[in-house]
Amino acid sequence: MTLPNDIAITPELIASHGLKPDEYQRILDLIGRVPSFTELGIFSAMWNEHCSYKSSKKWLRTLPTKGPRVIQGPGENAGVVDIDDGDCVVFKMESHNHPSYIEPYQGAATGVGGILRDVFTMGARPVAAMNALRFGAPDHPKTRHLVSGVVAGVGGYGNSFGVPTVGGEVEFDARYNGNILVNAFAAGLAKSDAIFYSKAEGVGLPVVYLGAKTGRDGVGGATMASAEFDEQIEEKRPTVQVGDPFTEKCLLEACLELMATGAVIAIQDMGAAGLTCSAVEMGAKGDLGIELDLDKVPVREERMTAYEMMLSESQERMLMVLKPEKEEEAKAIFVKWGLDFAIVGKTTDDLRFRILHQGEEVANLPIKELGDEAPEYDRPWTPAKVAAPLAADDVPQADIVEALLKLVGSANNSSRRWVWEQYDTLIQGNSLQVPGGDAGVVRVDGHPSKALAFSSDVTPRYVEADAYEGGKQAVAECWRNLTATGALPLAATDNLNFGNPERPDIMSQLVHAIKGIGEACTALDFPIVSGNVSLYNETNGQGILPTPTIGGVGLIKDWKRTARVRFAAQGETILLAGAPAGWGTHLGQSAYLRDVHGRAEGQAPHVDLAHERKVGDFVRALITEGLATAVHDCSSGGLALALAEMAMASGIGATISTPEGQDPIAAFFGEDQGRYVLTLREGDVATVKARAGEQVIALTAIGRTGGETLKLGTARPLAVEALVSAHEGWFPAFMNGTAA
Amino acid sequence: MKSAVVQLPGLNRDRDMIAALTLISGKAPVTVWQTDTQIPDVDLIVIPGGFSYGDYLRCGAIAARMPVMQAIREKAEAGVKVLGVCNGFQILLEAGMLPGALMRNASLRFVCKEVKLEVVNAETSFTRAYDKGQIIRCPVAHHDGNYFADTETLKTIEGEGQVVFRYAAGTNPNGSINDIAAVTNRAGNVLGMMPHPENLIEAAHGGSDGRGLFASALDVIAAAA
Repeated sequence: MTLPNDIAITPELIASHGLKPDEYQRILDLIGRVPSFTELGIFSAMWNEHCSYKSSKKWLRTLPTKGPRVIQGPGENAGVVDIDDGDCVVFKMESHNHPSYIEPYQGAATGVGGILRDVFTMGARPVAAMNALRFGAPDHPKTRHLVSGVVAGVGGYGNSFGVPTVGGEVEFDARYNGNILVNAFAAGLAKSDAIFYSKAEGVGLPVVYLGAKTGRDGVGGATMASAEFDEQIEEKRPTVQVGDPFTEKCLLEACLELMATGAVIAIQDMGAAGLTCSAVEMGAKGDLGIELDLDKVPVREERMTAYEMMLSESQERMLMVLKPEKEEEAKAIFVKWGLDFAIVGKTTDDLRFRILHQGEEVANLPIKELGDEAPEYDRPWTPAKVAAPLAADDVPQADIVEALLKLVGSANNSSRRWVWEQYDTLIQGNSLQVPGGDAGVVRVDGHPSKALAFSSDVTPRYVEADAYEGGKQAVAECWRNLTATGALPLAATDNLNFGNPERPDIMSQLVHAIKGIGEACTALDFPIVSGNVSLYNETNGQGILPTPTIGGVGLIKDWKRTARVRFAAQGETILLAGAPAGWGTHLGQSAYLRDVHGRAEGQAPHVDLAHERKVGDFVRALITEGLATAVHDCSSGGLALALAEMAMASGIGATISTPEGQDPIAAFFGEDQGRYVLTLREGDVATVKARAGEQVIALTAIGRTGGETLKLGTARPLAVEALVSAHEGWFPAFMNGTAA
Repeated sequence: MKSAVVQLPGLNRDRDMIAALTLISGKAPVTVWQTDTQIPDVDLIVIPGGFSYGDYLRCGAIAARMPVMQAIREKAEAGVKVLGVCNGFQILLEAGMLPGALMRNASLRFVCKEVKLEVVNAETSFTRAYDKGQIIRCPVAHHDGNYFADTETLKTIEGEGQVVFRYAAGTNPNGSINDIAAVTNRAGNVLGMMPHPENLIEAAHGGSDGRGLFASALDVIAAAA
């Protein structure tokens, strides 16, 4: 089907482009005439939620984005953070939720491809990837199919491209039944004096198209990603793009080779809304117009219209402004890698975005206004809704051993080995810690001792119960996981996944979560340097759990001084660092309540940010001084699950003392924040305890490592082997269709 | 000893391999591109892992037909050592330089994990640093590593000492027949293996069991010990 440019612009056509009547009026006011069909498509691509952030911009501006190490904050393809010695880390996280629900393999694969491209567009070689995945209830008929497809897609793209996947999350909840989340993170390394930006400079310079050819795949994808789902979802399958990791790998090598020649003035990858978004971005940022001749665009399908070419989301493509004298040299590099290289336009001085096709001008729009004049909404939001606290006499009891076995073998706390063994975690030869611990750790290639730590975190049930505390907690847990390896957390990227912002209760979640994130990032000196917002995550009016995923990066000065989760040796002292004086108290919204008793109730745990920072700095110092022999953060599942994970990772058991005068259920399963479990050699205990005393940090010796069982207080001993068997068993059984 | 690493579009463990060869021999290998028809004078040619040409056809099938492979074949016939790891192994099989075939993993999924390997033949120029029967650790990362050969071929390669490594201790990750992880040609100078010894050669990798393979092939056993 081909669509002529003179198609009549009807209210139905406008609505099907996701534009509201007042937004269309804005277009009429801006250009003073009825737009052409191609122009309508361009506006819909630029002004949808996904590209314009029109509902979230007002709140995103409140986030802390600066810091002494921040070289580039939000607004470019990815954030850039200084890691000393002239090196920097370039990273971002981005969602590919809607496409992955429609077509799990390709949706997930192109999510990975897109985020990798964001990173290497800036001149960085990708060195680590993570994936935060959220699926519906395990017993929902679509869940296994989606897990299988998404995991294969993430692996299929990342493995072939050649980046190690070193971390991530996999979670199940019925609230994602009709709308799964696929949040892909990538980080790359670059030299601080060789970062590439999207701002075009110079008039009359060639605009070059690089990479794969343009097809009809993904036409209207960004508009689709900004709408809710309904029963007609299958009809949207053609809006999902198809990934080609081989071409992306070639594009990476060609781009890095090209950047080294000094030929590149500006470069922008073609992601959402393809040619439209990338061209407008480059021109608008540089205060320049752009003229494109679509007859020069390499295509792989016949008779494509201007509309289709401008809205195609074909993958593995880049747009670049080139120094004209370097054209031959640049072209030779792309020919060598078997990629397209075509001059498709030029920069102009008239601030117009002009599109020519078959000798006809099919669009002529003011380039600055396309981006800057996008609608921005201050959407109404209801006051914060906070869940009622759990009554003191409403703490359900259970046999501690049975409860722990149930937790370690539950859908949400069992081993994710089935998932991450399908990802290449070792490629590039720099992976120091792979998934299964608190954070992934990757050595900085070419440096004798430096390494980076990566973690992605959020506890959506906390955010649902209290968006503000939940937002704080997501940041704090990410910071804590990085700290638990010995890394100094540097900066973060946020991927905010919420429902329909036009509903004031959903908007309230978004506003309060951002407030919490902002406060935590400020308190922990952990600025947000890049991010992505995914709204309208609803199906038939049912929103997802609010899920602001935080992806953090930390710096390790000497990778020989890092900590791991596993117990290091028999006969070491186990300590609990952080308030409230050791043992847990808070069971509201705990994994214990949810996974043992099937109750999602109570308040989210409070995060005391000053305490968080103090305890984290204390624990990090113990690691970098070589005192702490194993460290694990205490999060979902509380102390019991943390200890079980340390035992399972090492095969070494532990004996834990009885919490005096405390409810053992709260003590072992409470999810109080800001706590770490660590081990010390016997001889270091007194010194470390004295230091904790001076700094007024609660540090309680709670037991010793040793033996082959985990003994929690007065509970009967539980064989580590039995824990491992329950922990490793659930996922493979689930995927085989034999899970209980 | 001098070495060369073959670089083809889509291969992605070339940098790992270059780092390993450099670390162990003290000399960076030369690199060879897909269109090269001449290979420099080296003692060891390595085809590293990855997804050459996307592996959109049978794994290694396109690479096996590139000009550079004819040059490698001639070198191998002249006695130069050739090592193919992962995709490199698949390419050598598709080029007919090694016996057997590699099929999709029995699980039908990509697998990246550490396995154990038994050194079956410690007398090849790739395994002299090991002892026969020694069990070493080694990572794997592949989607198509399920080795297969017909009865006749299997009998020959088992009888002639061409099976060099076997997955040990129940760690066969892909369903390979007879737990075969690595085979050589009849002459013993061409080795193909699915596991990645280049990813286990230093403290940062958590072990150095893979070092012996490169130390043997590069003739630097004493230095690497």
